[in-house]
Order: sequence, then structure tokens, then C-alpha cells
Amino acid sequence: MKGVSLILVCACVLAGICILSLGFGRYPVSPGTIISWLITGGSTDGNVPLIMVSIRLPRMFAAVVAGGALAISGAAYQGLFRNPMVSPDILGVSSGAGFGAALAILLSMSQAFVQLMSFTGGISAVLIAVAVSRAIGRGHDSVLVLVLSGIVVSSLFGALISMLKYVADPLDKLPAITYWLMGSLADIRIRELRTVLFMVAAGAVPLMLVSWRLNVLSFGEEEARSLGLHTGIMRAVVIVCATMVTASVISLCGIIGWVGLVVPHISRFIAGPNHRMLLPVSFLIGSAFMLAVDTVARSAVSVEIPIGIITAVAGAPFFIWVMKKSSIRS
Amino acid sequence: MMNGNGMALQIKGAGLGYNGRAIVHDVDLEIRSGDILCLLGQNGAGKTTLFRTMLGFIKPVYGTISVDGRDMSRLSPKEVAGFVSYVPQSYAMPFSYKVSDVVLFGRTAHLGMFAAPGRKDRSIAMECLEILEMAHLAERSFNELSGGQRQMVVIARALAQEARFMILDEPASNLDYGNQVRVIRKIRELAGRSIGILMATHHPDHAFMTDSRVAVLSNGRLCHNGPPDEMLTSETLKHVYGVDVQVFDMPEDCGGTRKLCAPVMGWQR
Repeated sequence: MKGVSLILVCACVLAGICILSLGFGRYPVSPGTIISWLITGGSTDGNVPLIMVSIRLPRMFAAVVAGGALAISGAAYQGLFRNPMVSPDILGVSSGAGFGAALAILLSMSQAFVQLMSFTGGISAVLIAVAVSRAIGRGHDSVLVLVLSGIVVSSLFGALISMLKYVADPLDKLPAITYWLMGSLADIRIRELRTVLFMVAAGAVPLMLVSWRLNVLSFGEEEARSLGLHTGIMRAVVIVCATMVTASVISLCGIIGWVGLVVPHISRFIAGPNHRMLLPVSFLIGSAFMLAVDTVARSAVSVEIPIGIITAVAGAPFFIWVMKKSSIRS
Repeated sequence: MMNGNGMALQIKGAGLGYNGRAIVHDVDLEIRSGDILCLLGQNGAGKTTLFRTMLGFIKPVYGTISVDGRDMSRLSPKEVAGFVSYVPQSYAMPFSYKVSDVVLFGRTAHLGMFAAPGRKDRSIAMECLEILEMAHLAERSFNELSGGQRQMVVIARALAQEARFMILDEPASNLDYGNQVRVIRKIRELAGRSIGILMATHHPDHAFMTDSRVAVLSNGRLCHNGPPDEMLTSETLKHVYGVDVQVFDMPEDCGGTRKLCAPVMGWQR
């Protein structure tokens, strides 16, 4: 399957999952009722519009945006670092964001500030990683130095998070921090979503625009340059866009792992390695995956399961399967 | 496809190296379009440094490098890529791109920041694959190809770049005998399309096979720069590689002679 038709199929699958997902929950609604409500705007069941508009639609949009954003930035980072085992938090954005949020929770700040602090923390961690790599490696295999700096910054912020958890009040603050770190799409309001949607678009659109050149970058620094690519500018564009996308999503819904690692793999399997197709397909599949997982998280049992747990439980076996497959091939 | 005969890629009185320290001194080198220059030298003699300089990755420590009379260090990567293409040693890629896509990446220098290749780029890429006789593999995955096929595809990619000069890093290394000969033949053919070629090789015979000029890099200098008949004598080869080599005249089937070299093994039957 090629080009536009593949994207259309993915979009249709996503739309189907959206409608199914809207029906699940404490108050089940049939797909037929949802479709007729979507078309006419009215419903014989007076509760449906209320439930949809105030509860399920915001959450559905949040899942779609978060999943797509994490997957597209994961795909872009894998291209940039020429390594299919890279995830969007390779430069420390997750642990930075986690630290920011934990600090805000510890200081009893409002939810808006928790989000702001986590966004700032995520961006700062990446900036530190980039600054460190620039200070260390003048030119020589800069990608490797960048990855190592990212790992260092990541574990540093990881330690800082542990410290905050250690000093946090175990009855009140500690559970809040822990819960935040596990990620959740509950309690997301339309207003917050709008800001995040804007940030995600501002990062994802440039990524799509440079997607063809991202292929060239995956040949490595020198070869890409000999093909006429300004590798420094290109790398900056990818890091800035992918970091902004990831940090804004994390600030909204906490740390949700695995999506940014696993979904680009599935997408590469379906769409091939060309980033021009891979990025949009990753976005759509990431959205569908996250939405499906979140639907399970909120409706499988009577208590909500933190979504990060489900993505990891579903992601880990899949990742082992991918590693097995790729080791057979080579 | 190519024009601009007589365009030159020139290094004048340059020292090449990193962080202000030259490891190759006083290099003078000129390649004109249609030329082939074979670069010989031991491992670690500075071939890679020379290539990196000629591709504009690093600046010469002193002296100048210019292409078509323009100072290379003032050109953007895109402009450099319009003049000089590069064929690195063959390797596997992290992602298994299709062969036709790999060749299309050669068109990068001709595209804008947000652009993707169009129909014209595709037809140029296919043309280049046909020139290298690889068109039948266009839909295959690059990583599934043999070493020789990969090398041909990467040469096709460099050709798609439509640069007047092509730098090849040991294009025939790691290839079996038949593929070595095929690659060398193709390189000769490319020079016939008035592309200027600089190729590193470990095999002095490749210089005879391409009938190219020869430059020898040894002891931090680019010495001996001339036709292979003068350059590749037993003495120079002994000097460069430290082993005894004999150079013969070999009559070719088509008439005429070509030189050939063979190591002296030092045992008697």
C-alpha cells in the first residue's frame, strides 16, 4: 500500500477506535448512538451530550494528541540518532519534566503550575544535555556525545526526583508525585488541551516538513553533509521540535513510556523506513495505540489503572519480539 | 548531463589536519573534470584527512582549497555538494531504505529545506541507476544487496548529485575480484562523462586499470604526482608499502599493453 491510501486507512482505523472508545465507560453508549449524536448534535438519551462533551471527548482528544505526539517525536529521534532503539526521552526530557512536576507538587503549587514547571523542567534538561555535549565534543562524533550527555542528565534528574520523593510527605505529597510520574489522562480539561494542542502542532508540523531530509540525516553526520545537508541546522530543528512536542505532552499527562519507542517500530513495519511516510503514520498509530490503552486503563476494572503501567506491560513483550526479529535478520 | 570542462578542484600549498595542527604538509593537488586521480598510501597516512578537507568538512590549517575558483571554506554544505560528491566505503544502514530511495537522497543538494523530490528527481535517479546497471534492483531493500551491488548503488547516488567531482574512499575494498573489476570499469566510464574523480585505493593495479594519474601520500607529504607509468615503479612501491613489488608490461587481448604489478614472494620453485 502506498502513500495517501495508507494514511487514509490509518486515519479510518483511528476514527473507528475513537467511536468505540467514546462508548466505553461507567455509562455505556452504543456506537450507533454516538454516530447519530456526532452527525445530528442531538440524542434521544439526554445524558449523552453531557457525558461526551464534558468527560469523554476531552479525554479522547488528549489521548489522540499525546499518543501521536510521543510517537512522532520518537520516530524523529530514532532517525536523528540513526538508532531504532532510541525513545523521545533520550536527551532527558522525561526526567527533567518529572523533576519539575515533583518540585511543584512538593511546594503545593496549583495544577497549572505543576504543568508549567514540568514543561520548563523537560526543556531545561534537554538544553543542559545539548550544552554539555557542545562543551565536551568539538565536532568528533557529536551524536554519540549528545546521547551520552542525555543519559547523564537523565540519571541526574532521576536522582533529584528520588530525593524529592524521599523528603515528600508520605501521606499526601508522595502519592501525588508517584501518581503523576506514572502518567494519567484523567482530569484533563479542554482549556489545557488547547494550549498543548497548539504546542504539539507547532512542533509536529515542522517535523513533517523536514521529514524527507531526516532520511538523509540518518546516514550519519559526514555523509549527510556530503549530500548537501546542513547537519547542524537540521539537528537543531529536530531536537527543538521533538522536545517541545514531548515536553508539552508530558506536562499534560505525566510520564508515559514506551509509546515513543514501540510505535515507530510498528509504523516502520507498516510504512517502511522513509520518514516522509513514517512520521504521519507514526502519529496516527501512536494516537490509536494510546487511545486503546487509555480506554483499557479507565474501563477495564472499577478503579483506573495508571496508563504508564499498561503501556509498559504491553510494550515490553513487544519490544522483546522486535529485538528477536531484528537479530534474526542480521 | 555534465558540462563545464576544465573546471578544477584545487588545493594550493595547504597543510591539512585538526585543531590547528597539520598532519599532512604542503599539499598541492589539482583535479580537472574528466580526470582520474588515484591516491595511494599506507593506512594512517592522512587519506581520510585529505578527503575530509576536500569535502569541506574541515578547513585546511594553512593554504587554500578551491573549486571552480571559489574558496571552499566560504561555501555552504549545499554549495559544496553541488560541486563534489562522496562515495564512502560500503556499510549497512540502520534503516532498510529502498534502493531507489537511497539514490534519490543524492538529490538533496538540489532541493529546498522543506521540499521532497519530484518527478524530475526520480527520473534522474533512475537514469543514474541505469548507468550503473542497477535499475533492476530499484525496488529492493538496500541492506539486502551484496557488497558490490551496494557500492554501485552508492556510486549511483553520488552520480545523481550531478556534481563535477566525485571522491571515492576505497571503492573496491571488501569486494570480490569480479566486483572490483566491475566497479573500476564503471569509474573509468564516469570519467568519460567528464566527472573529475579522486579515489583512494590500496591496490596500485587500480591506477593502471583506470589509466589515471597517481598521487602518493607518505610521511605526511603528498609526494609523486604524475602518470602511473612514471609513478608506480618498483622503487616507489617499495618506498610506500615497504615490500618488494615487480611491475610488468602485460599485452592486452585488444592490442596494446598495460602495466601490472605483483609482489615478489621471495621463494623459488
